[in-house]
Amino acid sequence: MSKLELKHITTTVNAGTSEEKQILKDINLTLNDGDFVTLLGTNGAGKSTLLNVINGSLFPTNGEILLDGKNLTNLSEVKRAKYISQVFQDPKMGTAPRMTVAENFLLATKRGQRRGLKLRGLDKHLEMFSRETSQLPNGLNQRLNTFVGALSGGQRQTLSFLMATINRPNLLLLDEHTAALDPNTSRELLELTDKVVREQKLTCVMITHQLKDALKYGNRTVILKDGQVVLDVSGDKRKKMSEDDILQFFAN
Amino acid sequence: MNLITSTIGQGLLWGILALGLYLSFRILNFPDMTVEGTFPFGAAVCVSAIVHGVNPWLATLLSFGAGMITGAVTGLLYTKGKIPVLLAGILTMTGVYSVNLRILGKANVGLLNNKTLLNMGLLQNLPTNFPTIFLGLAFAICIVFLLALFLNTDLGQAFIATGDNENMSRSLGINTDNMKILGLMVSNGLIGLAGGLLAQNGGYADVNMGIGTMVIGLAAIIIGEVVYGNLSLTARLVAVVVGSILYRLVLLLVLQLGFSTNDFKLISSIILAICMMLPLFQEKFHIRKLIKKGVERP
Repeated sequence: MSKLELKHITTTVNAGTSEEKQILKDINLTLNDGDFVTLLGTNGAGKSTLLNVINGSLFPTNGEILLDGKNLTNLSEVKRAKYISQVFQDPKMGTAPRMTVAENFLLATKRGQRRGLKLRGLDKHLEMFSRETSQLPNGLNQRLNTFVGALSGGQRQTLSFLMATINRPNLLLLDEHTAALDPNTSRELLELTDKVVREQKLTCVMITHQLKDALKYGNRTVILKDGQVVLDVSGDKRKKMSEDDILQFFAN
Repeated sequence: MNLITSTIGQGLLWGILALGLYLSFRILNFPDMTVEGTFPFGAAVCVSAIVHGVNPWLATLLSFGAGMITGAVTGLLYTKGKIPVLLAGILTMTGVYSVNLRILGKANVGLLNNKTLLNMGLLQNLPTNFPTIFLGLAFAICIVFLLALFLNTDLGQAFIATGDNENMSRSLGINTDNMKILGLMVSNGLIGLAGGLLAQNGGYADVNMGIGTMVIGLAAIIIGEVVYGNLSLTARLVAVVVGSILYRLVLLLVLQLGFSTNDFKLISSIILAICMMLPLFQEKFHIRKLIKKGVERP
């Protein structure tokens, strides 16, 4: 069953000038329901551009994007938020620093919904937030009323991830979401990611630069090179692959 | 005594302007220069309406509406026109100057003996300056209450989030353009209202009365923050009004020292500059104290 369909996606920057460059070149990719894809590629290969095309912050020059059979191609990022959630690389990008942890959570529970003049009802949700954060090793549940700006990068990024998944998204996009963290914290967040994606049976695309992680997590690996898919592997074939096998696709 | 009561009344009315400015400057996190056009616009609309026989309550409401219009113009130029917000504000401020001249017909229009909110009904029986205090207090309380309520709704939280992290807000499905326009409209609405009320209090509207209002509003906000430090959002709104009164008292003090009202703008700027640098001084001060403690400890 196909979940996300990218059909003939092309993006051109600086069209009509001498600087014209195709970032994505006729990408065709279909994700099945429950696919956890690790996306690899060198800098400039077009990974982030692809994610931006999917989340709607960048419109493709050509091509179509379908999620659950619904055509999203012309929907803005704001409209797509109802279906798609994401975690950015920079912990500062996914959270509001002058609001408390609980207030950030509350914003996330209303992702993609109409926000009107109803009182926010923070107290009603506190118990749920406390439960959601209770099993985490980093003490986030003790800091629900702390301003996010006072949290560590790891705590902020864990919060970003929980905010992205607190309301089950149809599609979860992770843009190197552990790259800015120290090795231990990064490991913890990756384990949490793996657990949540499995438990909620999420369809997920995760960009990473760690070859080991790319093979360890998820059920499918895609490699982009110069704006094209050069490897798309899953199942047994993927299990047999080593980091060296992957590395060959990076070579020129 | 008369001077003090007059200062408190003025402080309360200016506090309304500061509350409006707080929405753009502190919550949306950008400097909105529209203020200097909105303030005389509210005053011009209010005075002109009253002179033409409109009920003072309605005229006051019109000044709020007038402010919302300038806010909407700046908001649209900024979000849809992609003009940098500082420039968008300056464009509106400059353009509205001509509108104000059109409305007033000349540079300065007095209220003469027309009825205003300050000399009608029960208020006219109060001793000098107390109508201003009473009216200022009533408006300030209502506005703080309504703003606090609004900021605690889902929409209000989305508004705060927009100013705090626009990127995140969009990814959570908040239409940040609409939030900015809404914020600028409410903000300038309050500033227009302050213009209308202060014009009724002063008895005239002048096309040049907007000059320096930005600094006055910011001074109120910053003094409130410096005096009270970390507060909840609602308390911070109250602190803004208190800051406005304190600022007026400082000006009064300066006046008593023998400066002329002509020096007000210079003094305003100096006060604001000092207040904005205070955290820097405090930091240095604290660091010294820490070092001292470190040395003294065994």
